[in-house]
Amino acid sequence: MGVKLLLEHDKVEGIRYYDTYRKNGGYRAAEKALKMSPADIVEEVKKSGLRGRGGAGFPTGLKWSFLAKPEGVPRHLVCNADESEPGTFKDRYLMEFHPHLFIEGLLISSFALGSNTTYVYIRGEYAWIPDILEQAIDEAKNNGWLGKNIQGTGFDCEIYVHRGAGAYICGEETALIESLEGKRGNPRMKPPFPAIQGVWMRPTVVNNVETLAAVVPIINLGGDEYAKIGVGKSTGTKLMSACGNINKPGVYEIDMTISVEEFIYSDEYCGGIRNGKKLKACIPGGSSVPILPANLLLKTAKGETRLMNYESMSDGGFVSGSMIGSGGFEVLDEDQCIVKHTMTLARFYNHESCGQCSPCREGTGWMYKILKNLEYGKGKMSDIDLLWDIQRKIEGNTICPLGDAAAWPVAAAIRHFRDEFEWHVLNPDESQKRNYGLAHYADPIHVAASA
Amino acid sequence: MSETPKFKVTIDNISIEVPAGTTILNAARSIGGEVAPPAMCYYSKLQDSGGKCRTCLVEVSKGSEKDPRPMPKLVASCRTTVMDGMEVKNITSEKVIDARKGVVEFLLINHPLDCPVCDQAGECDLQDLSYDHGTEGTRYEFKRRTFEKEDIGPYISLHMNRCIMCFRCVFAADQLTEKREHGILDRGDHAQISTYLSKALDNDFIGNVIDVCPVGALTDRTFRFKNRVWFTKPMDAHRNCSNPKCCGSVRLWMRGDEVYRVTARKDEWNEVENTPDGKPGWICNECRFEKKETKDWVIEGPTQVRRSSVISQGHYEGTKPTPVLIDTVMGRKPQYTIDIHSVSDVNRPEVELSKIDGPAHSDDFKPTQSDGGLKKWTDKLGKG
Ligand SMILES: Cc1cc2nc3c(=O)[nH]c(=O)nc-3n(C[C@H](O)[C@H](O)[C@H](O)COP(=O)(O)O)c2cc1C
Ligand code: SF4
Ligand code: SF4
Ligand code: FES
Repeated sequence: MGVKLLLEHDKVEGIRYYDTYRKNGGYRAAEKALKMSPADIVEEVKKSGLRGRGGAGFPTGLKWSFLAKPEGVPRHLVCNADESEPGTFKDRYLMEFHPHLFIEGLLISSFALGSNTTYVYIRGEYAWIPDILEQAIDEAKNNGWLGKNIQGTGFDCEIYVHRGAGAYICGEETALIESLEGKRGNPRMKPPFPAIQGVWMRPTVVNNVETLAAVVPIINLGGDEYAKIGVGKSTGTKLMSACGNINKPGVYEIDMTISVEEFIYSDEYCGGIRNGKKLKACIPGGSSVPILPANLLLKTAKGETRLMNYESMSDGGFVSGSMIGSGGFEVLDEDQCIVKHTMTLARFYNHESCGQCSPCREGTGWMYKILKNLEYGKGKMSDIDLLWDIQRKIEGNTICPLGDAAAWPVAAAIRHFRDEFEWHVLNPDESQKRNYGLAHYADPIHVAASA
Repeated sequence: MSETPKFKVTIDNISIEVPAGTTILNAARSIGGEVAPPAMCYYSKLQDSGGKCRTCLVEVSKGSEKDPRPMPKLVASCRTTVMDGMEVKNITSEKVIDARKGVVEFLLINHPLDCPVCDQAGECDLQDLSYDHGTEGTRYEFKRRTFEKEDIGPYISLHMNRCIMCFRCVFAADQLTEKREHGILDRGDHAQISTYLSKALDNDFIGNVIDVCPVGALTDRTFRFKNRVWFTKPMDAHRNCSNPKCCGSVRLWMRGDEVYRVTARKDEWNEVENTPDGKPGWICNECRFEKKETKDWVIEGPTQVRRSSVISQGHYEGTKPTPVLIDTVMGRKPQYTIDIHSVSDVNRPEVELSKIDGPAHSDDFKPTQSDGGLKKWTDKLGKG
């Protein structure tokens, strides 16, 4: 069994409630942190090597140290609980079943950053969770962990839960800020970055739910100890939400030393492919990251075993690698159609584009329409190159990364599964009746012997 | 107060010094000509505008003297400020030209092909953009997105099909009028400019949204289908407007003695021009929509129009020569250097169009014996 830091008490009955949480060592980290100086907490987080769990993997301690601290201007911590990336549902699990761990993390982080008013921006579709959080906030307040003069330290902190209205784009941090301010959720132009001018033009840190929860074990263990778990720049533990054609979909905490193969096939995690089928492909980190065929998923292009961590997953760049992203691990078996899958994602990004910038607004719809033709047997060979060209003209040319997120899945699908697209074009009728199947996507890749 | 420091920036191999805080786009505009990237959403007189259309993308090949690393992605020149020692590539960058072609294509895939019936034709930024930076033909084979046409009040008509989502009209309504009554509904490619309940936009300065709209999405209902802009003659005029916020200096679009349309005056970037005392030349609804007689106005004289414009009518400015040496910009020929008179016998500079009654006819340009014939004046032009 790997180390469990966030889900350590997952099986403890009633861990959702304050008393049980406290009895199991809850708010110990907060006790410790409130005796430290804010700068020391930031230092511990830096030492821990924690990387943002929202998708981009930006070092959290570094982000915190960028926060501007002008005299007399309030600062804010905003927690990004918008979790709308298809395939990702780990934050929901934390908030629903471990709300006090989350709130303890929020409290410590607010103290470290000097945020007296902290916001949780939660996805509108998570309709039942704000109640859970608000109840936990009340409990924490009644026990002196929130409100005025927390534990006699003189530090005040209120946490507000703000419901989103159901837009993926509001997970992008500057769109989130706009939406929190009550405006249309359009991403802002950067600079200025939120650390300088965020909510109401005040210095702001935006962090993911899991990132902030991870601050609790970091304080408990100390940054250095935390950094010893995992490998390289992938320190600590990571929550993965696994779904697709596997025997045991769910949220798993991994330390980032295990292999992808172990994660998929061991009974501790996904429990293998459902119905004894074969693995065809996988999107390892949420819908935006490149899809990989089975052979490149389990081994890197160099023939090394691929591990479940930031470095190994991105080994080979976009040519033969992918990303850990938000930890949404989507497994596709041999019966799945990549063209259809790509079309579904394209529809999602088309629907979710905010429409501010031309390449994303127009390009996402165009890609979706072409993919729809390909999927329904009306595609042309030239459509495949056209798709490639469209995604290429979106990527990197937009205001926010949603444009890239829309382009990457299309690019990766064409890069690795081009013959499946071509088969759809050449066999329009057959492609309506059966899927292309596994083909050669699990065949061992030939690794050129090094000289 | 200390003076703003000056930064040196090099754009397409041409160096200039600009005050710190200047955007790449404005620095490029001060060089002029083709070095200035096209801008469909940025509007210097509207705060927060820009960054959206992505036509102004440029490559920063050197970040600054201090940090010479190139920027990893193309940047929106309208929203990126210059650094000291920065080097920028606009038309000298293959990447920029390629990306810009993409943007133009994206802007056009859902744009209707109704230029022949669009009141903006002839003064449309999107027409110019596609002519200068687009490709022939389209690869888009699907039905275009459509919306119902809407009249938003007595003065303005909205053709959402033509909108390119530049947000300028939203900023204009926010910043010029008492209360913004329209905005963007929905998102993505189904987003639209609208009022929630088909409200009339009724506000003293709302007419200015027509001037800031780069395309024919917002047009003047009082001018609707009355004339093609290139048949009308622009005249600069002013009146003593009682509205303190109105600058009172306008452009009248006339034919004979009739005033067909009134707009604000625009500068070479197709933006509302500043008044001589430096204020933006926005005009009120009364001047724009209600004063359609010559007696309402003091006419200053014919507008100097760029020679490249279809509206040039003979009284154009001497085209500002593009200060770009052909070899500096990779052998690309600057635009606007073709001399129309060497290929066409209409539109001779010495023929005063405003003196011709009715629409101009090719007969009006026939060289006569008395002016020495065609040969003589082309020779003259050749010498400059
Ligand atoms: C389109 C888009 C959607 C995003 N959605 C989320 C989200 O739902 N949750 C999240 O934590 N981060 C999301 N992000 C990433 C955030 O912008 C931001 O990087 C993150 O919240 C930072 O937190 P971290 O450093 O703790 O990862 C999204 C980014 C983009 C571009
Ligand atoms: S990339 Fe897409 S979602 Fe992001 S700002 Fe542009 S249009 Fe909006
Ligand atoms: S109506 Fe015109 S000004 Fe308004 S967003 Fe559309 S194109 Fe821009
Ligand atoms: S003018 Fe710069 S992005 Fe539109």
